[in-house]
Amino acid sequence: MRYAMAVDTLKCVGCSDCVVACQTENDVPIGHCRDWIVEKTTGTYPELQLEIRSERCNHCANAPCVRTCPTEASHYAEGGIVLVEESECIGCKACITSCPYDARFIHPEGYVDKCTFCIHRVEKGQNPACVSVCPTHAMIFGDLDDPNSDISRAMATRKWKSLIPEAGTDPKVFYLI
Amino acid sequence: MIEEIITSGRMNPEIDPILHVWGGEIPFYLFLGGISAGILIFSAYFTLRGRQEELPVAVKWMPLAVPFLIGIGLIALLMDLSHVLYFWQLFTNIRWESPMSWGAWTLGIIMPLSIAWIATWVEDIFPKWDWKFDEVKTAIEWLKNYRRYMAQILILLSVILGMYTGILLSAFNARPFWNTSILGPLFLASGLSASAALVSFFSKSEVEKRLFTRIDIILIGIELFMIVHLFMGHLAGTQVHIQAAQMFLGGAFTVPFWVFVVGLGLLLPVVLEILELKHKFIPAIVPVVLIVAGNLMLRFIVVNAGQASRWLY
Amino acid sequence: MSTNMNRRDFIKVAGMGAGSLAFATPLFDFSKGEILAPDTVPGMYAKRTPTYCEICFWKCAGWVHTNEEGKIWKVTGHEDDPHSNGRLCPRGTGGVGMYNDEDRLKTPLIRTEVGGVQTFREASWDEAFTYIADGLKKVAKEHGPECTALFSHGSGGKYFGDLLKAFGSNNITAPSYAQCRGPREVGFFATYGEGVGSPERVDIRDTRCLVLIGSHFGENMHNGPVQEIAQATAKGASIITVDPRFSTVASKSKFWLPIKPATDMALLLAWMHVIINEGLYDKDYVEKYTYGFDDLKAHVATMTPEWAYGLTTIKPETIRETAREMANASPRVIIHPGRHVTWYGDDTQRLRAVAMLNALLGSWGRRGGYYNPEKVKFKSYPHPPFPKPTRTWKDAFPGKYKLAGLSLASGICDATIPTVERDCSFKAWIVNGTNLIHTLPNQANTIKAIQSLDLMVVVDTMPMEITGYADVILPECTYLERYDNIRVSPHREPTLALRMPAAEPKHNTKPAWWMAKGIADKMGLGHFFPWNDIEEKLDWELKQVGSSLEEMKRLGVKKLDRSYDDLYPMENLEDFEFNTNTGKIELYSTAMEDEGYDPLPKYKAHEEPPEGYYRLIYGRAPMHTFSRTANNPNLTDLMDENSVWVNPKVAKEWDLKNDQYLWLENQDGVVSKTPIKVRVTERIRFDSVYMVHGFGHTNKKLTRAHGRGASDADLITRVHIDPEMGGTGMRGNFVTFRFEAGEEVSS
Repeated sequence: MRYAMAVDTLKCVGCSDCVVACQTENDVPIGHCRDWIVEKTTGTYPELQLEIRSERCNHCANAPCVRTCPTEASHYAEGGIVLVEESECIGCKACITSCPYDARFIHPEGYVDKCTFCIHRVEKGQNPACVSVCPTHAMIFGDLDDPNSDISRAMATRKWKSLIPEAGTDPKVFYLI
Repeated sequence: MIEEIITSGRMNPEIDPILHVWGGEIPFYLFLGGISAGILIFSAYFTLRGRQEELPVAVKWMPLAVPFLIGIGLIALLMDLSHVLYFWQLFTNIRWESPMSWGAWTLGIIMPLSIAWIATWVEDIFPKWDWKFDEVKTAIEWLKNYRRYMAQILILLSVILGMYTGILLSAFNARPFWNTSILGPLFLASGLSASAALVSFFSKSEVEKRLFTRIDIILIGIELFMIVHLFMGHLAGTQVHIQAAQMFLGGAFTVPFWVFVVGLGLLLPVVLEILELKHKFIPAIVPVVLIVAGNLMLRFIVVNAGQASRWLY
Repeated sequence: MSTNMNRRDFIKVAGMGAGSLAFATPLFDFSKGEILAPDTVPGMYAKRTPTYCEICFWKCAGWVHTNEEGKIWKVTGHEDDPHSNGRLCPRGTGGVGMYNDEDRLKTPLIRTEVGGVQTFREASWDEAFTYIADGLKKVAKEHGPECTALFSHGSGGKYFGDLLKAFGSNNITAPSYAQCRGPREVGFFATYGEGVGSPERVDIRDTRCLVLIGSHFGENMHNGPVQEIAQATAKGASIITVDPRFSTVASKSKFWLPIKPATDMALLLAWMHVIINEGLYDKDYVEKYTYGFDDLKAHVATMTPEWAYGLTTIKPETIRETAREMANASPRVIIHPGRHVTWYGDDTQRLRAVAMLNALLGSWGRRGGYYNPEKVKFKSYPHPPFPKPTRTWKDAFPGKYKLAGLSLASGICDATIPTVERDCSFKAWIVNGTNLIHTLPNQANTIKAIQSLDLMVVVDTMPMEITGYADVILPECTYLERYDNIRVSPHREPTLALRMPAAEPKHNTKPAWWMAKGIADKMGLGHFFPWNDIEEKLDWELKQVGSSLEEMKRLGVKKLDRSYDDLYPMENLEDFEFNTNTGKIELYSTAMEDEGYDPLPKYKAHEEPPEGYYRLIYGRAPMHTFSRTANNPNLTDLMDENSVWVNPKVAKEWDLKNDQYLWLENQDGVVSKTPIKVRVTERIRFDSVYMVHGFGHTNKKLTRAHGRGASDADLITRVHIDPEMGGTGMRGNFVTFRFEAGEEVSS
């Protein structure tokens, strides 16, 4: 089982519903966000292109954060979801520094926090909060090892990319372009 | 024009707009760790070469500082941890892929080992020293027999201590400025250089002073060589590496690095030391202070610049 | 009882005194929903209660999830609601922030003077009601009850509206008419005999071509259209966006027309020219349903794409190509009317052109075009008949704004300032849920009007700028803590939606129905609110339509069947009598002609920015609504300040760098009160600058919003009035850059 997420950049309008739904669903403290929106504009007026992406931790299969963690706090859970175990985290912040996507942050209570792919929802067969709330249905979540899942079919039929693949982290969040 | 910006969300404290999760504690610890490693390497090496009587400050006196330096360094590290009550987890896990774990265990072993090392030399330095407990006296005598083995282990562990911080930083390919294998040897050479300068300053023996001044000159030469190649490597790398190097070649770190670290911390002291060797009168305190201060500045700048360099946005 | 102060100082400093009083009094008891069927995450929440969102006016229905401790956890969409289809927008999802915001108004406040300085003091509800009742009665005695007005842009306003009507005044207004959608209602009404309505009756999900004139869906986060646009484009629909700015939807459009601002009318007329002259219009539809086609044909004969090119800078080939694209999709094409259309003062005529273009392409009353909405025929709880007022606001403007269907907020504001021509002016305002300082253009005028009042009552949840001018502030609880009227809005299917409290009101806040009833009792008008508590009223009303309060608490949303199968009444060219003078779709408007306005839209050139100035264009961000969300803790995490978009050519000329702060100064020398960050981007035209509306708050009590970003409302001092209905055109203001602050503006 390999969980992954795909964001359809043609549908994403950058409304940030995903950001605030994650915040309320996961009690993320105010002043911190587990996900965010990036807008990339290329060209010169009026020949312009705009790509909009909803980004978060990529739950990499070759995660540098898991590798550099000196305890077992950063670990791979079910389906390759990368999680932080609060009671093992010492707050050394090696993982934060080692993430090329800068997706992690320090929770006010001292441990390191980030997107969890809403594992508490996924375990019950639901989608992560961001995927469930997206008004344009731009987000897909599922099992890449299942050829009939929405995400497998989307990856097979659409052009896609991931972020800085040259960093070698093998990310599991994809962007349909 | 390409405009790629975060328009909503994130802007997490200490992450954006510039990463700054490691403040002053980490460079301070790196500085103390580097000097401790240097001191122990020289002490152990010259013991193995049988020159302990000839170079008493290097072999017997300087190691006295090590437990205190490492102790203060450890306190600095603990102060940096944001979830400090769980720090003991470091010692219930060994993670072979994590330089952090290597560092924790190395420190954990070097601390008692260096105390044992000092204990074998204490009577040489303080002849009136009395261990009070007979068990302790026998234990120390027993340890003195294994001095050669202790010295060999100490060299190994101290090299790890001196280098691992650089290796740790270079393992973070997420921070392009640190992404160079030169950082490990650079930190080791820098630590050795600072401890050599300190030995030369505290020594009363002309032979010891000259030896360590010569060692220091060679080490500074190696450091300068490595710094040049560090930047050459970055400028020949990918876009993000070039940008990282540009922080030092016209960017925010240009003056602090080239003036304070390289100019005042390396070039000026090496010139002064060469003049010392040529028997010109140089107040001994000057090169030492410059080298040690330059050492600290180097680590501060490397830690901050690395955090400031990033792949995205 | 009213204050002796003859000038209302804007009270900035916290003079509120300590603490807040305890909440619910024994007078009423908010009953909560029972433990409903939990969703598949047991233990994560204890119960969920239905509500409909109050953050914008879309009123999406949703569920509020509360945990075992009674703390509100999150708000999600209601799966059966056609407004939201089970997914709320970011403002709705962030609604919990409104509930948690510690800067909320906590207790009633009355203006007083301490040591020569005006400030607020805490008061009891009884004291506040007495103050208001006495004030209103005094106005009635001295001037007549008609000299009171209600400005409302919140659900609670319904109750204050009833109070005012019971009192004898009909002057209930919302800024959403003259400051927003008024011109399109009048323009479409003149053409079709019906307005566009809210939610807009556009069948986006089945359209094949959507034409947007200035609309920036995606940044403008109307939940319905954004969802339907995504559905339509997934099915292959194309979008044509006409906007000087490269908006989000422009980036997803097949055609983006980077039009020169203020020239849209020329484009619309040229499109009509092409469609008529190339025979691309829906001939059967036009033949059967329209009046005045030949007049229109003659009118646009000279309005060629080449003519339009000179005015709009859109190439003639593009104008022809997009006209053909629209016609190709006909009848499943929508030239969207937009919503905030008060731009340049000829807006009713521009919206007439939009309506006419739709008619030529045969989209009105058909699938993929404009559907026929229906709402539940809802009867309100019976009450004694309201007294008939002898005057309305319109009497203040004899012979003007003849086609205005609703009252003008700006008109009432103007009619509050005493003038020699008028024999009376408004003396008392009740303001509910609208921050007039950021809403009405020409701030100085609004403040002058407020200074002329005898009584100003503000009902709000947050200490917005308007509260600084009040005599009495009544703290309303948020929509998550109260009942309101049943939502009965027009859509493809008639629906009912219930709002009930998910938690007790925090601090000493109360719902509007309780306040209105309390004030009514004080004024001897209690018999106009004959129900004992709101649940009794709602239950009675629901039973009339075959439901009950108990059922609605369980369901949240109830869909009813349409009375007739007439969702698309013109789909097959059925007979239809339009509500116009001729009984047909009036391409040539007889209604306009009768009142002395142009029966066919004409192009009018508008003022251009002087040298060194740039047209001020403002718009929306998807995570904020008006100025009301700028302090919401969840939403400020998404966006906590606005920026001014500047084209790189302009930035180079002025040596501006990204993220530097500066002040904007407009053509009348007015400077923005707060500095704003620069965003150098290719997405804005070189003759304009763009900023998101709703920032630049000056009330210090809004701790997260105070001083962040700048307010476009500060800079909108030149207003172009639409002669047909009094709409306030706001896009005729030009700004330049200043690098130090303006003088302190005292109010």
